[in-house]
Amino acid sequence: MARIPPPLWLLAEVTHSCPLQCPYCSNPLTLIRKQEELDTEGWLKVLHEARKLGAAQLGFSGGEPLVRKDLSTLVGAARQLGYYTNLITSGVGMDAERVAELHAQGLDHIQISFQSDSQALNDYIAGCESFEQKKAMARAVKAQGYPMVLCFVIHRLNIDHVAAMLELAAELEADYVELATTQYEGWALLNRDQLLPSRQQVQAAEAVAHHYQEKFRGRMKIYFVVPDYYEGRPKPCVDGWGRVFLAVAPDGVALPCHAARDLPGLEFANVRDHSLEWIWYESPAFNAFRGTGWMKEPCASCDQREKDYGGCRCQAFKLTGDARNTDPTCSLSPLHQVVTEAAQQAEQSSRSAPDRPLVFRNRRNSPKVNTIP
Amino acid sequence: MTETDLDTIPRITPGYRLQWEAVQDCHVLLYPEGMVQLNGPAGAILEQVDGRRTLAEVISTLEQAFGEDDLSADVLEFVSEAQERGWIRFG
Repeated sequence: MARIPPPLWLLAEVTHSCPLQCPYCSNPLTLIRKQEELDTEGWLKVLHEARKLGAAQLGFSGGEPLVRKDLSTLVGAARQLGYYTNLITSGVGMDAERVAELHAQGLDHIQISFQSDSQALNDYIAGCESFEQKKAMARAVKAQGYPMVLCFVIHRLNIDHVAAMLELAAELEADYVELATTQYEGWALLNRDQLLPSRQQVQAAEAVAHHYQEKFRGRMKIYFVVPDYYEGRPKPCVDGWGRVFLAVAPDGVALPCHAARDLPGLEFANVRDHSLEWIWYESPAFNAFRGTGWMKEPCASCDQREKDYGGCRCQAFKLTGDARNTDPTCSLSPLHQVVTEAAQQAEQSSRSAPDRPLVFRNRRNSPKVNTIP
Repeated sequence: MTETDLDTIPRITPGYRLQWEAVQDCHVLLYPEGMVQLNGPAGAILEQVDGRRTLAEVISTLEQAFGEDDLSADVLEFVSEAQERGWIRFG
């Protein structure tokens, strides 16, 4: 195998605690409890070791990272180490004072999530009153002079509101907007029948996004990615397993992707027991899907294998039962029909009222759902 | 921008950061959730973009540093591309 490249991106998932209850939560099915979290010293060690390995981009994420009382300390240390520091937040738990305090510590950028364009839909999906708070925090972020990304996670219930979301983003003076497709690998898979948009909805939203890309050119950058369910091509998940991206879970378990923990048969090492250098370069789990040697057909002989890396291992496992299979969103997958059937199902169910309610995510119901039915 | 604007002052766009990365053995430009690896000339030019020097001064500094007679065409070409990509701004 070619020389293993260094990690360039560190995602520090400092907590799984979160005031929101989004039905597409991307945290693993089993949430890490507060008492299992790394302490301040533990995180400082992670920041130091990952920077030494080469990581330059750092995302503080969660859960809601603002829940951590030592966040400013960690941000300050990270900035000193030379990271570009990104805070990925719901905006809940922040106030103008904290925004200023983080700025003083050298925080480079804040990304705020919105669940939709209106208070009613935003607060319904978030499972809590948060819309007005988010708007206030977006204004506070801009007032401090930060660059600001607004992230809208898109699904059937809000995809028809993309124009209004982009108008809201412009009003709040966002520098970038991500219209992020819901990924159906974890909790969202429970709610896929209610959340997966229809093909027509996706096409309409794409046209709207393109219109606004032109309208706001030079002022606000808009990213819209067509859901992999409708692309026929798999996404190059985390830019390749163990290639660029390193995530550390709240309890110190290091992962090639924040969702990978749900994959069976892999033992992910903890930063309490091993150096990040060993974990990145030597540990069996980080080498399990590195490069192309692990691939089965049709990936193994495919000319796209160095571009999409066979797609997402979690999606391959959740939808086909084997993480080594081609991601079934790829039209070349022999099991591609599991995706086309889900899309057809979405088409049908988008025309009628849902036959079961959304399962929102919180600590009370999480222990009950350890496997996808 | 036109080629006559040599008296304007280029600056790295707010929110972007130029940094030498030893592990990658190159200059990188960091921005919200992203990073561009720069080749040698691009890194050398952006290093001179400090928000104080005019474009003319950036060019002459580079000509002195590299012992070249005329780098203006190369610098202006890169600067125009960098501006288009949103890496730098003028004024």
